[in-house]
Amino acid sequence: MNTESDGQITNMDGVLALPRSNGELVFAAPWEGRAFGIAVALNEGGAYEWGEFQRRLAEEIAAEPSDDEGSEYYERWLASLERLLLDNSLVTREELDARTAAYESGELDD
Amino acid sequence: MSGNHSGEHHPEPLSYAEARTKAIESLLIEKGLLSTDAIDARVQAYEQDIGPLNGAKVVARAWTDTAYRKRLLEDGTSAIGEMGFFGAQGAEIVVLENTPDVHNMVVCTLCSCYPWPVLGLPPRWYKSDAYRARAVIEPRAVLQEFGLTLDESVEVRVWDSNSDIRYMVLPERPDGTDDLGVEELVALVTRDSMIGVAKVKSPAAAM
Repeated sequence: MNTESDGQITNMDGVLALPRSNGELVFAAPWEGRAFGIAVALNEGGAYEWGEFQRRLAEEIAAEPSDDEGSEYYERWLASLERLLLDNSLVTREELDARTAAYESGELDD
Repeated sequence: MSGNHSGEHHPEPLSYAEARTKAIESLLIEKGLLSTDAIDARVQAYEQDIGPLNGAKVVARAWTDTAYRKRLLEDGTSAIGEMGFFGAQGAEIVVLENTPDVHNMVVCTLCSCYPWPVLGLPPRWYKSDAYRARAVIEPRAVLQEFGLTLDESVEVRVWDSNSDIRYMVLPERPDGTDDLGVEELVALVTRDSMIGVAKVKSPAAAM
């Protein structure tokens, strides 16, 4: 499957580079893979330009630099995704907070 | 926090990040902006299809299919395209064959040009000033630091990738692999062996 023609996601460089092992993507926990897949699938579906996401990711990483490379990368990724969704009015903060609380409390579990 | 759920599903409560991710995913699906399948497909594609695994498949096929090996060495871009791997930003991919007499290694002295459709992202050291400068000046010393000591009789050729041509090394097939199938061979091929800073180890040595 040729998922991207110009490498704009896989070629993100420096602090933006995706955590890898022997060149392959590494997700430390399942949610990291989901957060990755959501951002990429939304971009491919035309919900936003990759640059919009990448700019926010750079800002989030700059705001909270991590010395332990990779471990907090997807925390920053998730924060960037959330900001982009709110900025583009794809979700509201109220519904996002309510839904998050429902999962945290166990009210929702799937 | 009415505590009215039975609680048996989550002995370990979800972390904030887990809950936030689930919240985002479920809301986007409800709004028709995403499907679970689309997310699954993207994660799988990036985990499995992009990375040195592609290059390892190319190498294993070249080891087991003489006609493919010939095509690969004559026209790397199309032979790699046959396997379904495209998109090195328009650059040609040239494949260099390592033999008992000639050892090829790849560098990009100007920046970090790299055949990413077959090898994924370049490792950090590939982009370092030290590797870029020293690979050309003292390749044998650099290879030794990677743990590869070559006999004086072996000719070392260093290839400088650029925006038009990306190089990939076809490493030597190690001894003791005559009985292995293609899948098993794929598992032996490392990223470093396709950059030319390592050899592929025989399965006995890799254990």
